[in-house]
Amino acid sequence: MTDTLPRIVGTRELDRLVVRFAGDSGDGMQLTGDRFTSASAFFGNDLATLPEFPAEIRAPQGTLAGVSAFQVQVSDHDITTPGDAPNVLVAMNPAALRKELPHLEVGGTVIVNQDAFMERNLAKAGYEGDPLEDGTLDNYTLFKVPMTTITKEVCKELGVKPRDAERSKNFFALGLVSWLYGRPTQPTLDWIEAKFKRQRLVADANSAAFKAGMAFGETAELFDFNYEVRPAALKPGTYTHVNGNTALSWGLVAASQQAKVPLFLGSYPITPASDILHELSQRKNFGVRTLQAEDEIAAICSALGASFGGNLGVTTTSGPGVALKSETIGLAVSLELPLLIINIQRGGPSTGLPTKTESADLMQAMYGRHGESPVPIVAAYSPSQCFFAAIEAARIALKYRTPVFLLSDGYLANGSEPWCLPDIASLPDLAVEFATVPNHTNDDGSEVFWPYLRDPETMARPWAVPGTPELTHRIGGIEKEDGTGNINYESDNHGHMVKLRNDRIAHIANDISATMLEGDIEDAELLVVGWGSTWGAIVSAMTRVRKEGHKMAHAHITHLNPLPKDLGDILRSYRKVIVPEMNMGQLCRILRAEFLVDAQSISKVQGVPFTAAELHHHIIGALDD
Amino acid sequence: MTNVPTTTKADWSSDQEVRWCPGCGDYSILTAVQLLMPELGVRREDTVFVSGIGCAARFPYYMNTYGVHAIHGRAPALATGLAMARPDLHVWVVGGDGDMLSIGGNHLLHVLRRNVNLNILLFNNQIYGLTKGQYSPTSEIGKVTKSTPDGSIDEPFNPISVALGAEASFVARTHDMDRQHMMEMFRRAHNFPGAAFVEVFQNCNVFNDGAFGAITKKDKRASMLIHLEHGKPVRFGDDNEKGVILNSYGSAEIVDVADVGEDALLVHDENSQEPSLAFALSRLSAGPFEPTPIGVFRSVERSEYAAEASKQLAWAQEQSGPGDLASLLHSRATWEVS
Ligand code: SF4
Repeated sequence: MTDTLPRIVGTRELDRLVVRFAGDSGDGMQLTGDRFTSASAFFGNDLATLPEFPAEIRAPQGTLAGVSAFQVQVSDHDITTPGDAPNVLVAMNPAALRKELPHLEVGGTVIVNQDAFMERNLAKAGYEGDPLEDGTLDNYTLFKVPMTTITKEVCKELGVKPRDAERSKNFFALGLVSWLYGRPTQPTLDWIEAKFKRQRLVADANSAAFKAGMAFGETAELFDFNYEVRPAALKPGTYTHVNGNTALSWGLVAASQQAKVPLFLGSYPITPASDILHELSQRKNFGVRTLQAEDEIAAICSALGASFGGNLGVTTTSGPGVALKSETIGLAVSLELPLLIINIQRGGPSTGLPTKTESADLMQAMYGRHGESPVPIVAAYSPSQCFFAAIEAARIALKYRTPVFLLSDGYLANGSEPWCLPDIASLPDLAVEFATVPNHTNDDGSEVFWPYLRDPETMARPWAVPGTPELTHRIGGIEKEDGTGNINYESDNHGHMVKLRNDRIAHIANDISATMLEGDIEDAELLVVGWGSTWGAIVSAMTRVRKEGHKMAHAHITHLNPLPKDLGDILRSYRKVIVPEMNMGQLCRILRAEFLVDAQSISKVQGVPFTAAELHHHIIGALDD
Repeated sequence: MTNVPTTTKADWSSDQEVRWCPGCGDYSILTAVQLLMPELGVRREDTVFVSGIGCAARFPYYMNTYGVHAIHGRAPALATGLAMARPDLHVWVVGGDGDMLSIGGNHLLHVLRRNVNLNILLFNNQIYGLTKGQYSPTSEIGKVTKSTPDGSIDEPFNPISVALGAEASFVARTHDMDRQHMMEMFRRAHNFPGAAFVEVFQNCNVFNDGAFGAITKKDKRASMLIHLEHGKPVRFGDDNEKGVILNSYGSAEIVDVADVGEDALLVHDENSQEPSLAFALSRLSAGPFEPTPIGVFRSVERSEYAAEASKQLAWAQEQSGPGDLASLLHSRATWEVS
């Protein structure tokens, strides 16, 4: 290979490209996808990603169950989803090919690691013949590349053992695809240097494999063209590349800074929320305290204890964890203290699909406690927007002294996109006023502190933290008298307190932004109402639908409790309303109950997000109805 | 502790009417705590009582301090967050045997293991009081209650052994009939920097009256309570005629001093790093019907959790300076779009 002169190949321009990297879970596909993404971000493309991995840490090698995949869409224009059918599939073994081929667009490109297509692996994947030879791939453009062989060869010169060399084959694949789609190479080489600086041989092997992949693309007679996706015309600014969990963690740090209240995270490891605990445990220089608690209950209880002490208490979890925390959330409702409960939703019920996405915990957030215990709910709708959603949830919790749910999901948590970094000065001021002096005068003239004497405007009770003289008080979960906070079991008092807790949360509707509404607001035939991570797919689908000449509008709900005040009028002003959700129609049911409108549910519960094509299909179907 | 105003018991008593059953052992524990507080040289506003659910858990309402009456079993967890967030406070956790050994058993274990700076008072009455008389995790086998009409078949916990098994650093036992001893144990707990666990034998005169009578009645104490005193031979009896030795299996055993001689007696060492000695003493009595040790079983200082957490924060700020939000957002690869 070394003495072959580089061939001249043509370059074709694409406006967008969807690549799916798939291999065994030990093949490093998440890393490969992530590097491709970072290089594309660096290049200036807009992009969105969808990592998918098996629930098992190491599923049996070579089997369908062990396939790990990473999909990324890169584009020269603004995009909101990781794309529907991939244009390119990189399959590192037969199982990956078998599992992922059905997703590929017909006529798409398949790049396989030819070396992995041995009889044993074919059998493990359930192939009877060899799909590379038997016509299975007739409708696709197939490139067979001996990735393992070449990688071993280039590594041999470095003195790397063949077994170790084999591990670098994902970098070969990355090099090849990077060449094929004109990705910049320096960011990846720099990254390898930095990442493996303490393992010289590994760094050299990975760099060599990566370069060999590039060289192979350029020199092998397989490829007639390579492709280019030009940078997108994104709004000017400084960009970084984040996933939802990182953005959310940073949002929590920002909220704590803006409030000048220390952040305390009590958490128990659970997929897909653990990365928030990991990220925040590295933010100690911001005064962030993290506790990996003994269980989900201790996690939220410690957060509530920290809130009582004057911190912003936060607990992060997924649906099964919320189920365990619900009694404590009820206590927080009764104590009227700020607390954030962050649910990175996943497929349920029970253990369900730990690594797959779903948004079926809305009813749990709304009603999953005993008694009447309303809790405000904020939902994030894109990976980078998780930052602002966290700040907003904290704002409500701090200002109104209440537990607040922040809902994200596995798709947002692990999905990533370029993020135009906000100006810190533009972030809201969340300054908190703690109580410092008694607030009530007894008949005998003595000054006392009443823990449940409310601010007339916010209906929030004072936050008096231990250490403050003269404000000693006791609070608890037993029904209490408003004002004094003393235990009170009277029936009239209970009725009053239930209504009060209800009203004070409903009242927050006066202090949230209007419904996000876009599209043909004036004259749409159809309104699509979404919440959470469906945003990207709805926006993409709407672009297509409107291009085809239809009139539609999209309302996206970021505050699910209380709902925005303008929502009822919006729903009633369109003839048709459909509500796509990754659950069996939970928001749809709330809208019907709340506003008596004939909203129709579009449901998907398969552990993967809606594609824009699916939504396009549903929307056209509803329009034709 | 300068400038702490002088206080009396009345200053530490809230205006709430105490609502335990007349004659309940909880009253005397409350009195002991309220009497002790003025002696500790701490401020009311720097003191917090946290509880779960149960009769004992009403305790915070009666203390004129900060207080949280939380949910069943979770007081140690809530108090952990509070103590971490606010290492400047004196946090007490109060609960019963059901609260802390049954529904909240897990939290008790972990708070002891972590050595969070809390004073944990476990009122052990060997019964469920608030739910009206079911057997508890410390009830004896054969206990007939509403939920065990044919007698309990559960092996009870020995709270001292449980605490020691959970790596507790400070472990003590006292009882509700001896105010001075209670005050002494609570003072020791307060002074201990870390999780201090005190089991208090408490009489529930409504559902389990006299559970500890065989050892705590005035005329029984000398012969049935074994006072553990650091550095002293372990002896008891009406005429101090009984003593405790460690036998060849490492178990504690009661002997007649006359038989073995004074020099053979076990000398108590509450500072022994190895918890075996304390554990052996905790196993001396199978229940409040045979001679039972009270006092401090173990008091061994080690790193305190909240302080360690604060140290890591201080270290992080030393290493990377106080957090700067803009730098955090720019901490990954960034690029400009113009
Ligand atoms: S039920 Fe027992 S423990 Fe509870 S208050 Fe009455 S006497 Fe005390």
